[in-house]
Amino acid sequence: MKEFHFHRASSVADAVAAVKGASAGKFLAGGQSLLPVLKLEMAEPSDLVSISRIKELRGVCVDGNKLLIGAVTTHAEVAASSEVKKHIPGLAALAEHIGDAQVRNRGTIGGSVAHADPAADYPAALVALGATIKTDRRAIAAEDFFTGLFETALEPDELVVAVHFPIPEKSAYAKFASHASKYALCGVMVSKTGSDVRVAVTGAGQKVFRVPEMEKALAARFEPSALDGISISADDLLSDGQASAEYRAHLVTVMAKRAVAAA
Amino acid sequence: MPAISLKVNQRAVTAEVEPRTLLVEFLREHLSLTGVHVGCDTSQCGACTVFVDGVSVKSCTMLAMEADGAEVTTIEGLAQGGKLHPMQQAFHEHHGLQCGFCTPGMVISSADLLKRNPRPTEGQVREWLEGNICRCTGYHNIVKAVLACAEGSAK
Ligand SMILES: Cc1cc2nc3c(=O)[nH]c(=O)nc-3n(C[C@H](O)[C@H](O)[C@H](O)COP(=O)(O)OP(=O)(O)OC[C@H]3O[C@@H](n4cnc5c(N)ncnc54)[C@H](O)[C@@H]3O)c2cc1C
Ligand code: FES
Ligand code: FES
Repeated sequence: MKEFHFHRASSVADAVAAVKGASAGKFLAGGQSLLPVLKLEMAEPSDLVSISRIKELRGVCVDGNKLLIGAVTTHAEVAASSEVKKHIPGLAALAEHIGDAQVRNRGTIGGSVAHADPAADYPAALVALGATIKTDRRAIAAEDFFTGLFETALEPDELVVAVHFPIPEKSAYAKFASHASKYALCGVMVSKTGSDVRVAVTGAGQKVFRVPEMEKALAARFEPSALDGISISADDLLSDGQASAEYRAHLVTVMAKRAVAAA
Repeated sequence: MPAISLKVNQRAVTAEVEPRTLLVEFLREHLSLTGVHVGCDTSQCGACTVFVDGVSVKSCTMLAMEADGAEVTTIEGLAQGGKLHPMQQAFHEHHGLQCGFCTPGMVISSADLLKRNPRPTEGQVREWLEGNICRCTGYHNIVKAVLACAEGSAK
């Protein structure tokens, strides 16, 4: 790992100023994606700005019909939160199956969405639930936030402060995990609020995407069998040693049905 | 170089470290706590697992700087007054190890599980230990040891 300067930020303003003031600064949250990247020297920041102890960034609360989760709230905290379990149990279950116990104890929701790994679990939840990403300077709709493979709408010195989730009537996530890493080979989140049904897929493509045909069928009849005969094209899907694009396309329908059954 | 102050196995420690020092390097190389093992250095195997402020983390995937002000417990700090921790005793009695390389991490992870869930099912034990890889035992005796420890501590 290359050398860097280390700062511990005490507030959001402090963190943003420290990254702005550095020649190549980066925020450090749980480090569960960033430290592996630094070890491989795939990034060489001049400065790391630790945000993990900024109090205003941690915790879960309910505000009207929204669930607010601070950026440095760990996956383990989301999974164990009574508020999350009560209002969006599908989200608590998703967090409980990210990676392994040690990763969940350090990794954070803000780090996961900012990293935008195509196989990460949270992006499916953010898009299916119509979440908003609050940063230090603006609010970004989840669908506009994830722009590509490891790419987001964030500026280099922009800090994710919280994720706001509208509370759905019901939702669930089903993932077919890589046996080695537990990342999603294909993960599908479905949510339903009245006639608004959303289906978001992670792990299968370059970035999270929705499946309008499935959403239409489920809006008419919210049952797994409503998806019989609906499949997606393998054309733009990922293909690697673990799963071909055709297999991932097949998994999308299977996981979507499982998610509907679980919702 | 910046300095950090923390508690390691209940002992206060202050040291200067390079910012890029990993917690596992600090524990092994500065404090000679070589019970903390490095199996992969790529966040997969869990041999480096230690408690930081009461939760299990992979010390190869955390900077020493991030442990400033924290309480760290390694396998060396589990036994109290010459008596093995109940989880160590259970691994011993149920032959939960062969070469022993994964054992420090397995014991810490398993102890973390019982803190959160004192009576796990076999399935829950297996799922919890997903972040700890053992190349020797096939896991059966490890799982037996954890379940036996849970029964013992629930008595
Ligand atoms: C063995 C292993 C298995 C894993 N399995 C899974 C899995 O199954 N599913 C899954 O979804 N993930 C998985 N992960 C990834 C894990 O969830 C990470 O915790 C997560 O992707 C990154 O969160 P972090 O807090 O660790 O961020 P960091 O590693 O600290 O940061 C990641 C990136 O985000 C930036 N960043 C962090 N916080 C912010 C913020 N608030 N605002 C702006 N930028 C920010 C950093 O600068 C960096 O570029 C796994 C990781 C490991 C090591
Ligand atoms: S050495 Fe840390 S996970 Fe393998
Ligand atoms: S006992 Fe040898 S690796 Fe587990």
